[in-house]
Amino acid sequence: MKTTRNTKTTKSSPLPAAHTDLGKPEVVWTRRHLLGLEELSGEELEHIFRTAESFQEISTRSIKKVPALRGRVVVNLFFEDSTRTRMSFTLAAQRLSADVLDFSAGKSSVTKGETLRDTVRNIEAMGVDTFIIRHSAAGAPHYITRCTDCNVINAGDGQHEHPTQGLIDIFTIRERKGRIAGLKVVIVGDIAHSRVARSNFWGLKRLGAEVTLVGPTTLVPRAFEKMGAKTSYDLDAALKDADVVNMLRIQHERISSQVFPSREEYVRLFGLTQERLRGTKPDLLIMHPGPINRGVELSSEVADGPNSSILRQVSNGLAIRMAVLFLLNQASGKN
Amino acid sequence: MADTDILIRGGRIIDPANGVDRTGDLLLSDGKVACVDTRVAETGARVIEAAGLIVCPGLIDIHVHFREPGDENEETIATGSEAAVAGGFTSVACMPNTNPALDDEASIEFVYRHASRANLCNVYPIGAVTKGRQGKELAEMGQMDRAGAVGFSDDGCGIACTGLMYRALQYVRMFDKPIMQHAEDPDVTSGGVMNGGQTALRLGLPGINPIGEELMIQRDLTLVKETGARYHVCHISTAAAVELVRQAKAAGMPVTAEVAPHHLLLTEDNCATFDTNFKMSPPLRTSADVEACLAGLAEGTIDCLATDHAPHGVQEKELEFLSAPFGIIGLESALPLYLKVLLTTGLLDWPSLIDRMAVRPARVLRLGKGTLSVGADADVTLIDPDIEWTIDARGFKSKSRNCPFDGWKVRGRAVTTIVGGQIKYQLEPGAD
Repeated sequence: MKTTRNTKTTKSSPLPAAHTDLGKPEVVWTRRHLLGLEELSGEELEHIFRTAESFQEISTRSIKKVPALRGRVVVNLFFEDSTRTRMSFTLAAQRLSADVLDFSAGKSSVTKGETLRDTVRNIEAMGVDTFIIRHSAAGAPHYITRCTDCNVINAGDGQHEHPTQGLIDIFTIRERKGRIAGLKVVIVGDIAHSRVARSNFWGLKRLGAEVTLVGPTTLVPRAFEKMGAKTSYDLDAALKDADVVNMLRIQHERISSQVFPSREEYVRLFGLTQERLRGTKPDLLIMHPGPINRGVELSSEVADGPNSSILRQVSNGLAIRMAVLFLLNQASGKN
Repeated sequence: MADTDILIRGGRIIDPANGVDRTGDLLLSDGKVACVDTRVAETGARVIEAAGLIVCPGLIDIHVHFREPGDENEETIATGSEAAVAGGFTSVACMPNTNPALDDEASIEFVYRHASRANLCNVYPIGAVTKGRQGKELAEMGQMDRAGAVGFSDDGCGIACTGLMYRALQYVRMFDKPIMQHAEDPDVTSGGVMNGGQTALRLGLPGINPIGEELMIQRDLTLVKETGARYHVCHISTAAAVELVRQAKAAGMPVTAEVAPHHLLLTEDNCATFDTNFKMSPPLRTSADVEACLAGLAEGTIDCLATDHAPHGVQEKELEFLSAPFGIIGLESALPLYLKVLLTTGLLDWPSLIDRMAVRPARVLRLGKGTLSVGADADVTLIDPDIEWTIDARGFKSKSRNCPFDGWKVRGRAVTTIVGGQIKYQLEPGAD
């Protein structure tokens, strides 16, 4: 992990000592579901981050496992392809000693002939505790909360939210910059269709960052300004005094659907290259939620350069997902 | 005097077509209105005491979906008729987006046959403009006209091809029947599931761009000017569209429009919980659009109130917002909702409400109804304006339950529905 400056974990308090902290009366986590960052308060976000910090240490142990969720069953309910998010959630659950079930389906439950409600209720009947759902339809996790008594974690619903990715990105910024409030964060790419952009935006805004959304006019609707973001179509101008830039993946279907004329033109206007970094702050933090299209959103040089936190985001993913699984299961009241 | 005669006594008789609004008696005989007077002598007719009730021409809904043939699990002509009379409607016009579509003479006759078997309310079929509603070739509108189609529409989608719409408008002039357009330009709206506005952006749901409605009406108005055909805008939903219709009417064009209850009461914000009972086409718009529709209705730019009653089974609506079908039912909840949003707010008074619910709908489709003139068909609705009740979709006569107003506390309800001089519905005493 050569790009990571922060390899040590200063919080040395071992579990479960760290967990006694979590029960502090001033912050009580009560949510049974994590559906999006839009609805979370600043205190709740901070609570997740502090919990994640206490879990980071586990990944540095030789035996990377604690018994926090022993006997609990976590179900990966993925209706959309995903390798990395699913692996990250699986590993996070396993480190907390939960049992993990995997369910994969086509893009829509309808094509299987079984409704989403039936799928969920059938699996619930096996005696499970938490659903982690990824679905191409915005609102599918919200719908599931109405069909089941289990905890529900949104692992990406259509173009709506991807709250754990948002948490990971913000947690990584917080780790590298020591704060969120007052930072200038630029998010670049297909904002209109991005659940990662939305989750990042809500969390960052709640914690006091200034967010600028950058991309072609066809992918960055002005209406985002009514939500409190700035929008811009000039990447160089936006980067000038930025503290963080988060480069979103461009899906190939956007290129084929003529939302912009060509890949080359996109790279020229919105790709992050070494040359473009010249006018920016030396400590500009460069992020990408992955997977990267090398040579499109980022040049290889930039992706592997010293300012990149791409791999640190992946490692932080585990701690964040452990924290979320832990907090939701605590709040479920089952024991 | 036949023993099937009905004397409705002491009600507030509202007959806007004749400028009547007064307390009096109404005698129905041989399926026709026989006499309207301050006092009609009792002559052995069945007497209905109507003190405190509104007595008006039967309500008419020119935009319903009865799903037969093809989706009888959602609604049939019989169950839809039951829902209609329970909501105070004596006549409805059903849209042709069945499976197969109502696009030929036989299918028009099919609707009449099933309606007469159900024997509850008048059900008038609207024929498809194009074969199979595919938007490619004209359907046999002349033969459907002869079979009794009252208008033509590809409702469910707009007629996208300009050349075809031009020809349809030219052709339909022979029959003096309107083309009823579902105004939505698919080039800018397809793939959307809710209004393309701030809420859709926030929820990450694909939006239906509101300019789609405006674009299609704009194009159609040019064609209407050229052809002189009658043109009716179905379920108008945007401020821009209301303005276009306003201008067209001011220019004397043969243009009419209708609006649905949900577009007067709900906005895109209602979609925020991903509840599919708020998914309809056209979608719920913004509060500015709602205001424009209310204003358009009050001033008469919008002629009719129509429910767009669109039944869907529970298992179909209980899906992800993205996958669920568009549409909600409306026949049994419409009247109190109109009262709530139009009457209690002072936008309309009783006569003008009846005008929008009976007189003008009959005029748009040339039904020869919507009046209590002596000799007119004895289609009469009795409304208790003060009864308070809670909308309960489980108690609906409709086969479907997809109603976003379920649980709303409302006021006013049809208590007796008379069609062709026969009582087809009576609210059971003690019913909530």
